[in-house]
Amino acid sequence: MPKLIRNRAVENDLWTVLKEATGPEVLKVVLNKNFIVPIRFWETYKSEIEEYSGQIAIWLDSDEMASDIEAELHNFPLIALNFPVFSDGRSYTNARELRGHLNYQGEIRAIGDVLRDQLFYMSRCGFNTFAIRHDQDPNACIQALSDFSTGYQACTVEAEPLFRRF
Amino acid sequence: MYQYNEYDHQMLTERVAQFRDQTSRYLDGKLTETEFLPLRLQNGLYVQRLAPMLRVAIPYGLLSSQQLRKLAFIARHYDKGYGHITTRQNIQFNWPQLEDAPDILAHLAEVEMHAIQTSGNCIRNTTTDQFAGVAVDELEDSRPYCEIIRQWSTFHPEFAYLPRKFKIAVCGTAVDQAATQVHDIGVYLVSGPEQQVGFRILAGGGLGRTPVIGQEIFPFVEKKHLLTALEAILRIYNRQGRRDNKYKARIKILVKEMGIEAFKTKVIEEWQRIKDGPQTLTEKEIERCKSFFIELPYTATQDNPDTLTEALQKEPLFLNWYRRNVKQHKRPGYAIATIALKETGTAPGDVTDVQLEHIADLSDEYSFGEARVSHRQNVVLADVAQEELYALWQQLRNQSLASENLELLTDMICCPGGDFCALANAKSIPIAESIQREFSNHDQLLDIGEITINISGCMNACGHHHVGNIGILGVDKKGEEFYQISLGGSSKNEASLAKVLGPAFAEEEIPFVIRKIIAVYKDNRIDGEKFLGTYQRIGLEPFKDKIYAKAD
Repeated sequence: MPKLIRNRAVENDLWTVLKEATGPEVLKVVLNKNFIVPIRFWETYKSEIEEYSGQIAIWLDSDEMASDIEAELHNFPLIALNFPVFSDGRSYTNARELRGHLNYQGEIRAIGDVLRDQLFYMSRCGFNTFAIRHDQDPNACIQALSDFSTGYQACTVEAEPLFRRF
Repeated sequence: MYQYNEYDHQMLTERVAQFRDQTSRYLDGKLTETEFLPLRLQNGLYVQRLAPMLRVAIPYGLLSSQQLRKLAFIARHYDKGYGHITTRQNIQFNWPQLEDAPDILAHLAEVEMHAIQTSGNCIRNTTTDQFAGVAVDELEDSRPYCEIIRQWSTFHPEFAYLPRKFKIAVCGTAVDQAATQVHDIGVYLVSGPEQQVGFRILAGGGLGRTPVIGQEIFPFVEKKHLLTALEAILRIYNRQGRRDNKYKARIKILVKEMGIEAFKTKVIEEWQRIKDGPQTLTEKEIERCKSFFIELPYTATQDNPDTLTEALQKEPLFLNWYRRNVKQHKRPGYAIATIALKETGTAPGDVTDVQLEHIADLSDEYSFGEARVSHRQNVVLADVAQEELYALWQQLRNQSLASENLELLTDMICCPGGDFCALANAKSIPIAESIQREFSNHDQLLDIGEITINISGCMNACGHHHVGNIGILGVDKKGEEFYQISLGGSSKNEASLAKVLGPAFAEEEIPFVIRKIIAVYKDNRIDGEKFLGTYQRIGLEPFKDKIYAKAD
């Protein structure tokens, strides 16, 4: 089972990410699962989702904006933000927005090309679970969350910038 | 200057440890080339033509003598005995080994230096006027605000993977010496409606392939809103800047494609959300940062002391240097002395380990232990008592540091070019040298007057060729190096982009072409007019006619 990091511990990932091309029939075949579905899937198959036996969450790709689904955000227990490639930095801004003016309190999960060397910044932007890429060492990833003891900026982990803290 | 506190030290130490681990994983084959790339770039390491290149940050160009000595040590032990001052007030070493980089960074950390974010798609070193704090035409010292921006931009978790590099310059003087308008963000200290000092903020400037002059986003923001205003611009850029094409990924392209009004609206909308939030600067923080740049313990009080006047009378070479390289200081009795790193035969901006140590000693002896580097690749001793200028000059002469060509034709900006840089299409250092050799007579240089020649070895424009009065760009034509000449650029207040003169020239033609350009200027200038003034009055045509004229 894929590994997930939450609260600086490794756990089994109980959610399955559906890719873009998947159709609604999956919800009829695989029952009582937890699916993270693409935003378009969720918009298109609302009635199927309503009838589904398991939990449904959504994921946003890096070119999709959290603010576009502002009104419905709070229905989701988790929102996953995709890194198509680790060097695409747009999901950091999406996470900041979710934690900022969109005031999303649920789980924000990093999915896709999630590597240990970016985890510290992700955590400061509001991600709190990390579906690390299969080849990543989970223990090293947990360590990487402590690469730095603090940062200069206000962020999700430290609500005030350093200059207001000392 | 700014002194690190326990937090700055701690984060820097943690960064060195992090990069040491990343480097060893890369060398062990556990990190791929692609995954290591942005990590090493954000620690200043390029892989160049001959060896890795390490670019060390000099925040807003300010150095202590202790830091200068450390740079000398690094040049000597890890390089071939020299460093190169860049157009963004950094210093780069051309010959370190990748395996040594973590050790070099540890050495730098001992003197509160690093190579963080000197490369890569992140917010780079913030630059400013090399005369900040001592200039006569200054509204307010820009350095405290540069330091505030330095801290905010360092390890910014949201903006470490931007579409492309991002450069910020701050200017507090009436005469802009920081090329502020050709930065991704340009910040000017200005007087507000109630005479309070705040910021005017531009965005979307930049050089490179598509040179653009920045446009105004905020006509005036109060000081406390500096960081939220910057953050709003960066957020829109991070989200909407193009990522499909590296050459269209800078903020200037986003601003162009969206249109300035639409971009501004987005930024202001974002700013309204975060304005007055936690990143709002406190009075206490502004005062704290200012406290590092308070007035030095000046003792001299008298302008033009007898010792200076006498030395100027008896020593014509000193007079030459004084006239060119010494500028007025805001305090009576003091002067700003520039060490032009433009000796003919040495690559512009290059400085040896021994010279770095001498500059360190001289800064201790004559300038309160501080020195600055300028974006025109020179070094400044900003607080020299006028009565000591002659002694300083004598010592500079002994070290080949007394080039008296500041702001003259031979004080060129020049990138490392094809001799070092993997991106370059053509060499640039030999071009600079051939021009310096062609114009070796000081009286002749004085007669030509103030002019900037900027040379880049490729269209990435590290040598700022678009904003040189004369710009020289190295291009590749079927494997051969050619040089395109443009005229009329400026990075000062009247910022303008140079216009291409015509077809490119071969390397050996360049000195003669420059000679002809200068001849057209001299034939047409009206008393006291600088090159740029004449060009602006007569335009490109007379230059074209002369240079491309068919031989009779």
